[in-house]
Amino acid sequence: METLLSRYRSVTVLLIAIVGQLILLAWQVKTNQDVRLIRVWAVTAVTPVADIVEALRRNTIGFLQDYFILLDVREQNRRLQADNSKLKMENHFYKNELATAERARALAAFQPRLPSKTVAARVTGSATVSTARAVFIDRGSTSGIEKGMAVVTPDGLVGKVIAAYPLASQILLVTDPTFSVGVESTNHVRGTLNCKSSKECTVDYIQNEEKVQPGDAFYTSGEDRVFPKGFPAGTVISARPGQLMKEVHLALSTPPSAAEEVLVILQGVHEEIPESATPASGVTRLLPPPPADSSGAPHALRLETEADKIKERYVELGARQNHVFGAHGSGVPNFNAPVDPAQPVGAAAASKPAAPSAGSGANQAQTANPPAASAGANTTSTTAPAAKSTPKSTGPVLPLGAPRRKPEGPPQ
Amino acid sequence: MTDFDHELLDKPRRGNWFDRFQVINLGVLTLLAILSRVYLPRLIPNTSFLELPLLLTIYFSLSRRSPVASLLFGMAVGLIEDSLAPSRLNPIGMNGLSKTLVGYFAASVSLRFDVDHVALRFVLSFLFYLFNAFLYWVMQRALLAQNVPFGVMDTLIYGALNAAVAVPLFLMLDRFKMSRT
Repeated sequence: METLLSRYRSVTVLLIAIVGQLILLAWQVKTNQDVRLIRVWAVTAVTPVADIVEALRRNTIGFLQDYFILLDVREQNRRLQADNSKLKMENHFYKNELATAERARALAAFQPRLPSKTVAARVTGSATVSTARAVFIDRGSTSGIEKGMAVVTPDGLVGKVIAAYPLASQILLVTDPTFSVGVESTNHVRGTLNCKSSKECTVDYIQNEEKVQPGDAFYTSGEDRVFPKGFPAGTVISARPGQLMKEVHLALSTPPSAAEEVLVILQGVHEEIPESATPASGVTRLLPPPPADSSGAPHALRLETEADKIKERYVELGARQNHVFGAHGSGVPNFNAPVDPAQPVGAAAASKPAAPSAGSGANQAQTANPPAASAGANTTSTTAPAAKSTPKSTGPVLPLGAPRRKPEGPPQ
Repeated sequence: MTDFDHELLDKPRRGNWFDRFQVINLGVLTLLAILSRVYLPRLIPNTSFLELPLLLTIYFSLSRRSPVASLLFGMAVGLIEDSLAPSRLNPIGMNGLSKTLVGYFAASVSLRFDVDHVALRFVLSFLFYLFNAFLYWVMQRALLAQNVPFGVMDTLIYGALNAAVAVPLFLMLDRFKMSRT
């Protein structure tokens, strides 16, 4: 036996090595667990060296550029870039806030919200496997980074943290084929962003009936629980009906592999997705609402049907007989009483400040506008400011999402 | 007995790598090769195809001519590489397995052929790159159930490029080794 083992020593060692690694692999796959200790050791041993190399490269090149070529322009440029990134983030946040406010038509929608809490990090290296699109950053768990956190730049998505080590973290880029991001367009069409590379990104699971056009912007929907809602993902470059689902190709807002400095979102804040600025084709265009009368009186609704005329007659008769509809003990008005032919039907009711008729008129005037207002989501008025200003004068401004009460009025 | 056999018998065995190259130098070289996988694509774009750890494994195996030492070296390099890759896509052992076999077979080949010739080194580097890529792909599909396509053209091109890099790299390492002796 001993002779046999010594004769086939190399094959024996090979078999032991292979079987050992196969068992290790099988254990990882079966339990879906990782040999974290080995990874921590390896990353902790390698990334500091990578940081040193990166720092050497940066400082060497930076020194030459700073003192021999561009003096301190490089430092200034870096500072300006950092400021620019910060301002872009703030601008993006305020743009979303403003869009939300305009859509709600209320200043009350400007609720005090804090933007996402982030930590800046520098990309220091790539993953060792060329099939996986992953990078290392120079911030780890000591900076508060945890597995699953989103990584962005002010221009768009970068990826998510798949491993957080003490001094470094590993980021899986959105361009990795195994990475999916929930996205939503400005027309509130939802899908899943998948990329084969930074130039081959598609939005899947969109029904053929949904309206998606080239130029439409997609934002994160927040449904993947990684990226906060409202971050720019990309712009549609082509959309065509497929066999089962629509084939939508997307150009990412920024190529994640080119990112040098990134932001890790420690605490994400969902933001609203801005509405589409340009009307989509096939949307019904409505005329602007007619101008108000010179007297300033609300626009009277013209009654058309027989039921409307009968109702108005009864309201007028009730007003003449000082009858309050719905009041306790007021009895029933005489609906057979003659109406003064000198006065047109409805004139008496309009001139009197009786609550039922005025309320009814107001309600009718209010109900005249909602079709245009409700169609606003899918339609566009040619003079938007006029259309937007109308509802403000008709009722109280409610914050977004507040329960709406039914209008009070006489019994119909 | 062929001429090569006589030459093998006459020449002192290349073993005792540790006397010549020293463990620390080998460790530094391995670390640099691993770092190149991590850092080089950031420094020079489109260099992610360069498999310096694999080339170092091949060089070590061809020079050492010891299957046991070569497979252990390949396993160590592969496991370090695995530990720096995303765990979900690349569990520890994937590169370890493939480089273990590469190390073993490269050392076995070096026992039968004179692998100092430049052309043979080119061919061997090319073939072992293909073997490593194919084995990795098979394990991705068989062990991890990952439905990844095998890019034949890409693999051939990258294999040729790696082999082209291997030839001057091996010469450089030869000189480095000679200067140490």
